[in-house]
Amino acid sequence: MKTHFAVAAGLLLAAGAALAQESKVQLKDGPGRDKANACLACHSLDYIQMNSRFLDKAGWTASVNKMINAFAAPIPKEDVETIASYLAQNYGKPPQ
Amino acid sequence: MAKIHSETRRRLLAGAGALTAFGALGGAKALAAELGSGSALGYAELPDGTLAEQVLYALPGKVPLIKKTYRPPNFETPIEYFRTPITRNDAFFVRYHLAGIPEVKAKDWVLTVGGDSAERQLKLTLDQLKKEFKPAEITAVNQCSGNRRGLFEPHVPGVEWGVGAMGNAVWRGVRLKDVLAKAGVKGDAIEVVMDGADSAPLDKTPDFVKSLPVDVAMRDETLIAFEMNGKPLPHWNGFPARMIVPGWTGTYWIKHLTSVRLVSQPEKNFWMSTAYRLPRGRFKTPTFQSQLYAPNEPITTMVVNSMITSLKNGQQLPRGKPIEVKGIAFDGGSGIDKVEISSDGASWQVARLGKDLGRYSFREFSHTLPARDGGALVVMARATARSGETQVEQLIHNPAGYHHNVIQRLYLEVV
Repeated sequence: MKTHFAVAAGLLLAAGAALAQESKVQLKDGPGRDKANACLACHSLDYIQMNSRFLDKAGWTASVNKMINAFAAPIPKEDVETIASYLAQNYGKPPQ
Repeated sequence: MAKIHSETRRRLLAGAGALTAFGALGGAKALAAELGSGSALGYAELPDGTLAEQVLYALPGKVPLIKKTYRPPNFETPIEYFRTPITRNDAFFVRYHLAGIPEVKAKDWVLTVGGDSAERQLKLTLDQLKKEFKPAEITAVNQCSGNRRGLFEPHVPGVEWGVGAMGNAVWRGVRLKDVLAKAGVKGDAIEVVMDGADSAPLDKTPDFVKSLPVDVAMRDETLIAFEMNGKPLPHWNGFPARMIVPGWTGTYWIKHLTSVRLVSQPEKNFWMSTAYRLPRGRFKTPTFQSQLYAPNEPITTMVVNSMITSLKNGQQLPRGKPIEVKGIAFDGGSGIDKVEISSDGASWQVARLGKDLGRYSFREFSHTLPARDGGALVVMARATARSGETQVEQLIHNPAGYHHNVIQRLYLEVV
């Protein structure tokens, strides 16, 4: 349901309250971080930290592909490798 | 049983070893620092990234809850609020899939009722809903399908919930079946499709839309609620009206409800056909017949569960004093038959049950263990529903992390 009510105004109000706190959540520095920030289009970055560190690179690749295929994340196919590598490196399962 | 006993003895000894280590590190203080920790509550631990990231944070109108994610907001209720059978509105958990959450005004709100299996389409204001239909009330647990997902071993991706993505409230509203009857239910209706005012930031992201089997939608207990514990629904819990589907997991309890549609074909959007599904036949919960077009099946009702709320893992208790074991139990709607307590992993004693608030409600239990002179013990609670279903010893793993009802194990030391 996208059109009812003053959705835009409501969004600003609701999102504004959380955004101040959300801005404290940053991704770790590293190659690929800029591209990984594309996740911000739909959700705060704490989703990534929360899901660490137990996914390997295949697991992170599956997550990024799910965001693209199921949720229409605006991530170019050629960026999947960079983002998955960044996530596996910084938020992935530690080497055994 | 002998095998379980020896396993428990081993774990008791391991627990006692851990207790000694905790003692050296400052005991309970070390545990208290772990906000929302699974191991502090006698379960497997959350992912380390989850533990590091979560904080207490108060959304407008809420007490500080355990923040999982800011946007969309996912916040769980700390265990302290489960020491009463009814969960406070301002402490009730918050769960959204999509970040577009409008502040719906009661005067602007309209519910659309229709669909290809309805005789006619209706538009109802909140006033009409309240005045034109008979009021109905029920006490029921609302639990996220993925509650305790973070305690899965091995971990699975998703919102890494601890134990607090659940709550119990008195819901007041009108019966969905009365609203549907006013629109006229055609004989070919198989599902009722529900949508809410929340939406995704991107147009192409599937909107969060869910459906119920028509027979579940037509039950007396299935409500469109506008009150929670005697007050209007909090914004974060679906103001001004939401679905109440007692016994069924939270995914079906659509918030900020805007439309209900009677349909003759199964709803096959992403949230029905792909998300919220279980490997077929792995659990003994009811089957959603019209949604069996894939190798998996939709989650339906909650599995039986319990939680001890009066004790924490690693806690040191004074010698010579009886130990009070208190907590809550619930299931998918048959009601709680019994809760048993063990302090040795081998023998079980039946706990006292608290007041019966209805078969969909939390049921309190309590049991007093005799005073001890010292030593380690493991305390467990095991709930059994009137359906005969009981909690599991070992996790029944599934890819999306649903239905965690593993028996809690609290290692305690009497000093």
